[in-house]
Amino acid sequence: MKNNSEGLDNSESVRLATKELTLQLGPQHPATHGVLRIVLDLDGETIVKCTPYVGYLHRGVEKLAEHRNYLQIMPLTDRLDYISSMSNNIGYCEAVEKLFGIELTERTKFIRTIVGEMSRIANHLLWLATHALDIGAMTIFLYCFREREKILDLFERLCGARLTVSYPRVGGLKNDVDPQWLDDLYKFTAEFPMRVDQYETLINKNRIWLRRTKGIGVISAEEAINWGLSGPALRGSGVPYDIRKVMPYGAYDKVKWEVPVGKNGDIYDRYRVRMDEFRQSNSIIRQCIEILPEGPIMADAPKFILPAKDKVLTDMEHLIHHFVLITKGPQTAPEGEIYVATEVPKGELGFYFVSDGTGKPYRMRVRSPSFVHVSALPKLCEGELIADIIANIGSIDIVLGECDR
Amino acid sequence: MEPLDIANKIREKFPLDVADITGFRDQVFVSVKAERITDMCRYLYEDPDVSMNFLADLCGVDYPDRKFRFEVIYNLYSIKHNHRIILKALIPEDNPTVDSVVPIWNGANWHEREACDMYGIIFNGHPDLRRILMPDDWEGFPLRKDYPLKGKEGAEYRGFEELKELHTHDKEWNIS
Repeated sequence: MKNNSEGLDNSESVRLATKELTLQLGPQHPATHGVLRIVLDLDGETIVKCTPYVGYLHRGVEKLAEHRNYLQIMPLTDRLDYISSMSNNIGYCEAVEKLFGIELTERTKFIRTIVGEMSRIANHLLWLATHALDIGAMTIFLYCFREREKILDLFERLCGARLTVSYPRVGGLKNDVDPQWLDDLYKFTAEFPMRVDQYETLINKNRIWLRRTKGIGVISAEEAINWGLSGPALRGSGVPYDIRKVMPYGAYDKVKWEVPVGKNGDIYDRYRVRMDEFRQSNSIIRQCIEILPEGPIMADAPKFILPAKDKVLTDMEHLIHHFVLITKGPQTAPEGEIYVATEVPKGELGFYFVSDGTGKPYRMRVRSPSFVHVSALPKLCEGELIADIIANIGSIDIVLGECDR
Repeated sequence: MEPLDIANKIREKFPLDVADITGFRDQVFVSVKAERITDMCRYLYEDPDVSMNFLADLCGVDYPDRKFRFEVIYNLYSIKHNHRIILKALIPEDNPTVDSVVPIWNGANWHEREACDMYGIIFNGHPDLRRILMPDDWEGFPLRKDYPLKGKEGAEYRGFEELKELHTHDKEWNIS
């Protein structure tokens, strides 16, 4: 919505001048997508100053991680971005594997790519549902939840959990996928592009949707980089920066896909980028299933990796190995520091480890995209109207669990 | 550019300020004195061959036994050239201050606030240096190594001061 003040002549503006008002938004408000508190200084309906307050969901993950061994930290990463916990798990595993120098098997790389992209689809579905609901498009909400439910069901069949999955393991995966599961996922991907078309018919030409998103919350490419935005929020401004392309991990360099980018850097372009990512992710999953190689799923690094379960049940040495790793954890780790970034649905998730050679990280730093995106919120909505702040919060796709850690 | 070339370039430009250059896997870490960190960052930001336009991360690390107790990690990345270098500013315990890099990267704003919140490092010239994840009236710096993981048994958080003011009328309104 544009501030339509041209129609007023000067004398009338003076008469309508209002005093500044401070408005408290959140922390318990459905449109803030969690526990985000924002203090708004308003002049009429225009936002003069926007101050976000975070920390309501701070659980000290970084401090906790310093007191746990590398295998025990996995469930903590589930609870960072609980909408797409699979991606967080993969990001953590990639970082630890690079620190330990573990080379993954081919099959694991492909399966991780598949589940990572499923998690991206599930995340974007929830984003689209809630973002559209926030700015008034109610119909699409349950359609998105219908497809998201199917992905969560597939996750449940795969590893037993729907949200906090903890499915990847350092050096591999919890269990292999079975052919029936792959068939069902393949069937889902066959019909999913049609569903995306359906969502688009609902809102793409919707006049209210266009008025609420086009030209609102604009951020230029240089500013977006300077503010540290990443993921769809950065690509909406036309910067083709995707970690899956520039620093490939998993099987992203073995399948064909494109990085969707926007042009204007407004809410509408960020929406377009995510809609195109649906199709790209879908295509990545299909290609991965088609060329999924056979082979083992666990890498060969007995110092850090649990032995196979069937061997543990029959063989004494493997049982001892299993017991020692579970009760004490890895005893050593290579000494050094490492930063590994992965492309999670919301942006760049980085893990920075300082290892002092013991089995526990000396320092684990989580560079979470939501934290950076919330910090750029004042830049996006100062000078705009109060209704646009809700659209802006939706468009940068934040989860406060990840922001506050 | 290869990360090691960038590190050597920094050493050429600032010979007295680079303390150490280390590598691990394919990443290069440059330990530098904290005094000229903004000059160094601005140089890396503006030099067209390096052009570190993306501040990927900024965080603190605590080494209680070292001469310089704190390190501030500047994780710089160039979207243009796809290369990364990590600067480590060495900061002593008795004077934990370093100049802010917010004038160069706006994205540093909240990262620096968090480093201040968690380690007590003061960033000179920061526009709005307050606690961010912990409550405003929190005592101590949680990510320091001498801060306990678990608080004392039975101790309760005394609550926000501003909330206490709100509750002064509880008795007359019969709210317990």
